[in-house]
Amino acid sequence: MLLITCPFCGPRDESEFACGGEAHIVRPADPAALTDAQWADYLFMRKNVKGVHFERWMHSHGCRRWFNAARDTVTHQFLAFYKMGEQAPDIAPVSYTARPAPRTDPALPADPALHTDREGAR
Amino acid sequence: MPEGYLRQSPLASLGLAARAATAADAAGVTMGERERVMLVNLRGDGVDRGFLDRVRQALEVDLPAEPNTAAEGTRHRVLWLGPNEWLVVAGEGEQLAAALDAALAGLHVSVTDISDARAVIALSGAQARDVLAKGCPLDLHPRSFGPMRCAQSRLAKVAVLIDQRDDAPSYDLYVLRSQARYLWRWLDDAAREYAVRIIRP
Repeated sequence: MLLITCPFCGPRDESEFACGGEAHIVRPADPAALTDAQWADYLFMRKNVKGVHFERWMHSHGCRRWFNAARDTVTHQFLAFYKMGEQAPDIAPVSYTARPAPRTDPALPADPALHTDREGAR
Repeated sequence: MPEGYLRQSPLASLGLAARAATAADAAGVTMGERERVMLVNLRGDGVDRGFLDRVRQALEVDLPAEPNTAAEGTRHRVLWLGPNEWLVVAGEGEQLAAALDAALAGLHVSVTDISDARAVIALSGAQARDVLAKGCPLDLHPRSFGPMRCAQSRLAKVAVLIDQRDDAPSYDLYVLRSQARYLWRWLDDAAREYAVRIIRP
């Protein structure tokens, strides 16, 4: 469960919110002047950041207002919340170049069931 | 709005009137449906002095500016829904929407009568907070949620507007009409362990 701070209502449960994807995408001033590739880039192409991501959220079960948030996509930690129209805060990007260590939890079996199921399906 | 004689509570099929307690039995939770309430959704510019002044003249109460708070006037209760959105609650028989329309003529506002779209469930008693906590992510502890506070959230997966009226604690739950029966039955079940008394508020 994430605790998300609505700029109007304060901290609320994640289940009250809807995520609206990447923030700060500016609509081109003159769409007719763009090439198809540029227009497609505006419509469809989004960043897939590993680290700090600026995104839009809506408090859909609360005050139903949109706002912006900065979230680390690796840890899910929220770094900032700010209203629509406000400047994005200056947050240094985090580098996640090192590969995460493989999971070594002795309490868990080396998932033999998963493998046998897959073998059986073939 | 349908003709008055066609108006029927969404909880009519539950036969609450027959279950209503006649004696004041000991109960941890008291529930009832607040029928025939007039609800108007009001939207306008919350920082426009002209708009706020004209609403105050029409309703004789200031619109609450602080998020998630309520304001009580002589005839109306106003709940904050958003920075430019409020819910005005009044008793039946008021020509509330028409009065607001007339008072705000010429301004960029929206006045919508939603009386028939919502059901209002009154929940109170010493254990009322525990019942709500079973299905609601809000922090309802008195230090963060008390009288004259309201909040829109989820209760048993249903969107509700919760309005705390006093310290008993007493809550009014505003829920969409089509989900009212489900929510009532969920509350009835959740409150059973504390003993439920049904009243006609």
